[in-house]
Formats: sequence, C-alpha cells, structure tokens
Amino acid sequence: MAKITFVDSEGKSRTVDAEVGSTVMETAIRNSIPEILAECGGACACATCHVYVDDAWLEKTGKASAMEEDMLDFAFEVKPTSRLSCQIKVTADLDGLVVNTPGKQG
Amino acid sequence: MSEVIKTDVVIVGAGPAGLFAVFELGLLDIRAHLVDILPRAGGQCSELYPEKPIYDIPGFPVVTGQGLVDNLMQQIEPFHPTYHFGEMVTELESTGSADKPAFRVQTDAGKTFECTCVIVAAGGGSFQPKKPPIAGIDAYEGKSVHYAVRRMEDFRDRNVMIVGGGDSALDWTLNLHPVAKRITLVHRRDDFRGAPHSVNAMRELVREDKMDLVIGQVGSLAGDNGELHTATIKLNDGTTRDVACERMMPFFGLTMKLGPIADWGLNLHENLVPADTEKFETSTPGIFAIGDINTYPGKLKLILSGFHEGALAAQKVHRYVYPDKKLTFQYTTSSTSLQKKLGVN
Repeated sequence: MAKITFVDSEGKSRTVDAEVGSTVMETAIRNSIPEILAECGGACACATCHVYVDDAWLEKTGKASAMEEDMLDFAFEVKPTSRLSCQIKVTADLDGLVVNTPGKQG
Repeated sequence: MSEVIKTDVVIVGAGPAGLFAVFELGLLDIRAHLVDILPRAGGQCSELYPEKPIYDIPGFPVVTGQGLVDNLMQQIEPFHPTYHFGEMVTELESTGSADKPAFRVQTDAGKTFECTCVIVAAGGGSFQPKKPPIAGIDAYEGKSVHYAVRRMEDFRDRNVMIVGGGDSALDWTLNLHPVAKRITLVHRRDDFRGAPHSVNAMRELVREDKMDLVIGQVGSLAGDNGELHTATIKLNDGTTRDVACERMMPFFGLTMKLGPIADWGLNLHENLVPADTEKFETSTPGIFAIGDINTYPGKLKLILSGFHEGALAAQKVHRYVYPDKKLTFQYTTSSTSLQKKLGVN
C-alpha cells in the first residue's frame, strides 16, 4: 500500500490508499477523485486523466514516454510537470506521492 | 432536407453494441439503419483503442478494438445495414403511440428517417471536439473559433491560428495555407505527432517564411462582438506574444458528450439512460437503450453486456414491427430459416 494525495484545482486535498502495481488513475477512479475523467479507461488514448506531479516527486515518477507526450498534446494547460495518471504505476517508492489535478480535462 | 428514409429501426451509434444489434434484429427480419457522428464504425473501440487488446470478449482470448469491430461488421454484413457516418442524430420526435410507436429522426446532415423503433447505442455520448479552457472562448465560437472547416472561404484572406500538433492541425495548416492571409501554427512543444511528410511540408513553409510556428499555449483572446483579432500566446520561457488572428481552429482531439440525447424527452440519470432489464426499453415505449449509455441495477459497462442487451431489445422490437406475427425462438446452429437469412444455407 502507498498513500497518494490528490489536490484539486481549488486546493482541496484528498489522501487515499493506493495498491502497489495499480496506476494513479485507477486509484483516483476507485476513490471517486474529482477532476480525473479517464474516458478511455487507461489506454493512453484520451488525455483526460492529466495531472501535475508535485515538484518533490518528479524524479521518482520519472518522465512521460513518447506516446504519453503525444497524448499530452490533447491536454490543456500542459506544464513540465504534466503526466497522464494512467501511465504512472504505483510503487512502494511512491508512498506519499502528491499530484495536482487540473480544472478542465475534456 | 428532403430525403426521407423509411425503415424499421434507427440505431444511434455504430459501436459494438449498435453493430451487434443489427445482427439480432436481422435474424428477426427487422431492417436497421446505423447513424454515427464518427466517420467510421466502431465507436470507442476504433476511436480510443483500435490497437489495444481486449481480453473479455467471450470466445476471443484476445482481440484488438479494431479487430472486434472488423469481425462485427463482417458478421452483420448478411443483413446489409445502411451506415450513415459523420452524422449526428439531432432530433427525435414521436409520431405514434405507446402501443404503436413511430418516430421521426433527423440528423445534422439534413436526413430524415421514419421508423418504428429507435435503439440508442450511443456509448459515452457523441464524440465532439474538445474545447480549450480559454477564458471567453465561447463568445467567439461559430464566428471566429471553429473546430471543423465547413467552408474554406470563411478563412480567405484572414490571419488564421491553428492550435495543435496532430494530423488535423497539420492538414488544415497545409490546406488553408493557400487561402489564408497568414497561418500561425501554435503547439506546446517543437515535436509533432502528425504524419512525417506533413510535418516536413509545414517546416518547409516556415523556413520560407510563408507561415509562422509558435511554440507555446494560447493564454487569452481579444476581439469585439465575437470577432477575434488577437490571441496571446504563453511561450514556454514564461513570456507572452500577441499574434493577430481573425480565425482560430483548436485541435485537441475528441471528448464524449451526451449531446442532443438529453433533449429527446427520455428520463436521464447522471447522463445515462435508464432502461428496464427485460427488454432494455427506456421511459418512452419504442425507444431502447443498450450498451454503455444505459443504466439499470447491476449494470456493468462491458461490451458483452451490450450484446446481451441488444438481443433482448430485438425481441420487443419484433412485437412493435410485426404486431401480428408470433415469434418462435430459434438457434442459428439448427434453424434452416435463420441460416438462410445468414446466407449459409
């Protein structure tokens, strides 16, 4: 188990348990986190699970793959910290991860 | 607006549920037309994950989204469904009664259908262009901001800004270039996922100073009475640049919106259409809802659920289309009459 904190666009934060091996997107959906749509269900095909990784966690979450970068073109307000949460696998190392969700996904 | 098509059933949505409904209806001698806003069949399977493997289709240990769609289209071919792609059903009006349903269905392409029943198999709703969250963009939509090119002439001698990095953005950059006064392509990074020859053609135009490429994101818009004149681009180094533009085309892909279904007088529950579990009929007799668009106690959004729902809906449709005929349940394995319809006997 790892704890993940989602901070929404209005600053409200929600901390939930995440299963190691699942994705950050799946964790969000299981816990009804707002501002994560995940229209395609995790196929890296829609860019509606866009998150901003907290600066302190950037190194541990790693970089977006080429395919993920392509999909990020469909997201709004993309920043250097932008990731698609369906492409971030939860590991024990990510216990305490903080991500921010954008105001608009789709 | 003059074309009127008479048929038994109009199916709204040509995803897996809608496609298989054609099969189940066809076995019962019920003729169907399929309407879909996308330019091809398959719905989410083709649009979102054509190459992705699906593991939970009975009888297929693994099949790709597009593979499933191709198989379904082959499977329903004996029933010669008519496809109406790139059209959205905008209006649905009842012209019958609860006992004898009849409907008039209209699309945004001006087609009119007269049918006995309607099957709503619209999945997550209709795929529509994503609208970027730029403050005040609504005021320019339709006049200056467009998500598709209806008439090239609207862009003649205008400063046109195209936003995005895929094939739509690149294709329209190249197509509108001869018509527009000046094209500015705006993309968040200096990397384009579009077809390499389009990327090269665009870069060539930039080299020859025949268009502009700006790496950044649109921050704000300025104009009067819906007529855009300037877009402010946030560059990746934190500075901004004002670019003159009277037309803007953002290409951020598609998203699913319920769309006109909300206006058809059906009961809705959180953007889903409640249906019974005996025949998957909605609150309006003669209108059915199958696949991801419907909801009922225990609903699972699985493709296989959509298949089951289509089969049961077809039984009730039969009673509306052929009120005097008794329906005898038959298997495709043994029934010679079903095999005849399938063209295998």
